Amino acid sequence: MITVKNIAKDFGKNKVLKGINLTIDEGKVTAIVGPNGSGKTTLIKTILGLVRPTAGTIEVDGAEVKDDYLYRNKIGYMPQIARYPENLTGSEIISLIKSIRESSFYSDEEMRASFKLDREMEKPFKNLSGGTKQKISALIAFAFNPKIIILDEPTAGLDPISSSYFKDLVLKQKGQKKTIILTSHLMNEVQELSEEIVFLLEGEIKFKGSVKSLLEDKKETKLERAIAELMNQSNN
Amino acid sequence: MINQIKLIFILSFILFSSLTFSKEIIVSSTGSINSILKAISQSNDYDTILIKQGEYAEGNIIVNKKLTFIGESYPIIDAKGIGEIFTVTSNEVHISGLVIKNSGVSFLEENAGIRLEEVKGCSITNNRFINNFFAIYLAKSADCIINGNYIEGVKKREANSGNGIHLWYCRDITIENNKILDHRDGIYFEFVRKGKILNNHSENNLRYGLHFMFSDSCEYARNTFVNNGAGVAVMYTKNVLMTDNHFSKNWGPASYGILLKDISDSKIEKNIFDENSIGLYMEGCNRVTIEKNNFTKNGWALKLMANSMGNYFYDNNFIANSFDISTNSRQNFNTFEKNYWAEYNGYDIDKDGFGDIPFRPVTMFSMMIESHPTSLVLLHSLFIDILNIAESIIPAITPEALTDPKPRMRMLN
Amino acid sequence: MKLVKKILLYEIHNTIRSKWVILYTFFFFLVGYGLFTFSGDVNKAYISLMNIIIIVIPLVSIIFGSIYFYNSREFIEMMLSQPIDRKSLYIGIFLGTAIPLSAGFGIGFSLPFILFGKVSEQIEGFFLLLLIGILLTFVFIALSFLISVKQDDKSKGLGLAILIWLILAVVYDGIVLLVIYYFQDYPLENAMIVLSAFNPIDLGRILFLMKFDIAALMGYTGAVFQRFFGSPLGVIVSIICLLAWIVIPFFLSHRFFKKKDF
Repeated sequence: MITVKNIAKDFGKNKVLKGINLTIDEGKVTAIVGPNGSGKTTLIKTILGLVRPTAGTIEVDGAEVKDDYLYRNKIGYMPQIARYPENLTGSEIISLIKSIRESSFYSDEEMRASFKLDREMEKPFKNLSGGTKQKISALIAFAFNPKIIILDEPTAGLDPISSSYFKDLVLKQKGQKKTIILTSHLMNEVQELSEEIVFLLEGEIKFKGSVKSLLEDKKETKLERAIAELMNQSNN
Repeated sequence: MINQIKLIFILSFILFSSLTFSKEIIVSSTGSINSILKAISQSNDYDTILIKQGEYAEGNIIVNKKLTFIGESYPIIDAKGIGEIFTVTSNEVHISGLVIKNSGVSFLEENAGIRLEEVKGCSITNNRFINNFFAIYLAKSADCIINGNYIEGVKKREANSGNGIHLWYCRDITIENNKILDHRDGIYFEFVRKGKILNNHSENNLRYGLHFMFSDSCEYARNTFVNNGAGVAVMYTKNVLMTDNHFSKNWGPASYGILLKDISDSKIEKNIFDENSIGLYMEGCNRVTIEKNNFTKNGWALKLMANSMGNYFYDNNFIANSFDISTNSRQNFNTFEKNYWAEYNGYDIDKDGFGDIPFRPVTMFSMMIESHPTSLVLLHSLFIDILNIAESIIPAITPEALTDPKPRMRMLN
Repeated sequence: MKLVKKILLYEIHNTIRSKWVILYTFFFFLVGYGLFTFSGDVNKAYISLMNIIIIVIPLVSIIFGSIYFYNSREFIEMMLSQPIDRKSLYIGIFLGTAIPLSAGFGIGFSLPFILFGKVSEQIEGFFLLLLIGILLTFVFIALSFLISVKQDDKSKGLGLAILIWLILAVVYDGIVLLVIYYFQDYPLENAMIVLSAFNPIDLGRILFLMKFDIAALMGYTGAVFQRFFGSPLGVIVSIICLLAWIVIPFFLSHRFFKKKDF
């Protein structure tokens, strides 16, 4: 369980997060949605410790994470844009991460095969395409079998086949009762994958609840429309 | 004709009498004659005094007869720090093979190991001088030879230390093959004419390895001057010839390979100047030819003060000096030609062995140091390199006339 | 520390593969080789090498360090999403940049000495120059990291890096010269010693000159300098100053790094 208490973040004058309170339940897929600049990525990075909040605290499994770093053993993270040191190869990065993570569990054969990564893992990153790097990011996020998986726009750079395989992967993890946090622009993807939804607008949570209840509430079948309606409401 | 016959007669008489009447007196600490003074008192002109091995605590030995002293296995004559040891007042005295120790330090008297006072035709050869105030002192003497002596001073403060070989108002003296250490000045000349200083080694002296003033027409060849407090100083003199000497490692705030002050019509040739703070310093020098010398690894190879004129520098090598030349003026009345400058970066298209563009050996930085010595802390700074390059393109403070129009492309051997 | 070691090993691996480090090594090798071939005189070679070291090492280190840090942003971001603390990561990256670059210099610099059998000829000078080169590498990498951590804009950061190099390598000495000219009536020797401690390039340069170009530096100023920099205490103090030039920027940048958002 992840508890976000009163998190605020300013970048200079720009208040990106304005006191976020949020509890992310264990064993569920939670989607964080909102327009560009609403603070989705900042919120995720705050949970990961990449961004230092101006105020507020984050707890993972009941413990505050301020100066702790070991809690990240529980987390697998896939960033929005995959960028790696140019001269290293995928397998080198993975073995580095392996040596850093506490858990010795690592299993990627299936993913490697499905993403057709076997050959690519031995090439330096500077010779790899954006999509391939994205696949390696997915590998890093999933293969250590973490309790919590955080995915920032995961399918943005993937081709349709990989994208659909990826979704299967998320659903499979969901079946294993993992806590999954997901941001996406694609509402059908969100609808397809997630149970809970958090709608962010200008650094504030405008809605939090299950996808199901939101759809029922707005009397819509498509999430996209329900969200649009939420946005209109907020703007008025 | 008659005169010549007379001369031959006189000479053969002298020779005959000396062969016939000269005798050998043996001094030994166990024999009947157990002191040199006693031996002298029993001697006549042209006698030989043979001194056996042993220690003789004697001093103030006045030699007023034409005697020859020969030491056997280096007997030691020790004055125990009181007064002078040998004072020679007669011509044709020869002293060799002795160890002469501890002439007295005094602020009133210049006590020497051996003093030659107004004499001619003497020789001091192959002796060892240890801890004397002055070792060898010649006053108003002529035609003497000082050869093969080892002279070691007390190595104390300048005031407590005299000179190794000291000449005052002398002429035609040859000083050869001596080794002088730890005195005030190694060799000191004042008012000397036609001296020859050959093949000596002067090291670790407190002040100068060689110091001479008002001593015209002297010749210095094949000497080595190493690690002396202030190097070598040559002043107020003309017609000096210095060849094949080695001036080395004279380091210190005021140390020179040679300091030349008011020297004219002289020649400095084929000498080696290495690792001196200042290789050659010239002040008020005129018409001195400096040729075929090697200047290597000196702080300044050459410091040329503006009151020096008509000097001629050619065929010298300037290698790895921090500064090749510095001067204190924008004027220059000296000539540089055909020298080799390791710093020279020019080219030789016509392949005549000389660079096609002139070399400017005086850098801006060296001029700045003359006026502001503290700026030395910027030696080898990039900033200074940039300034020097700028100055070499558009000279603003360096002497424009001080150039070598024909710098050599290759070093001279 | 375990984590530092892991990061360090990976960084070294990554840096060594960069052609720049190899080029850098080769550069020092060629310079040394050329100097020994054409001049033959060790002392002259030392002075030339020192000139190159105090100009090239700071410039290359500060630029390489900045570029490397900017290019490592993604790597840092990725690593920080893993269970690793910022301190270990930062130390690892810093050492992982400074060590290969120092090694590149060290190897390129030492090889000609070994090939020409010149190490023993002036062994003290050889090690002093090696030490100064390595210390300057660390100093300027530390400075470049300080710039890069504070300045997110890569081109501004690089500009700043070159500016700082220019100030320390050239402008600073210009100011020193101005001080000398303006305050010529005062005894400046001790002030100069203090001034030089505020510039790592000057510190390296003077430290080395005191061992080698001594003759020129005599005079009164030289004597005062010699007494300080030529003494074991002076050498130790100078090295401590150079270490301070590494430690202070490093700790400052580390503090900024700990608070930085990625």
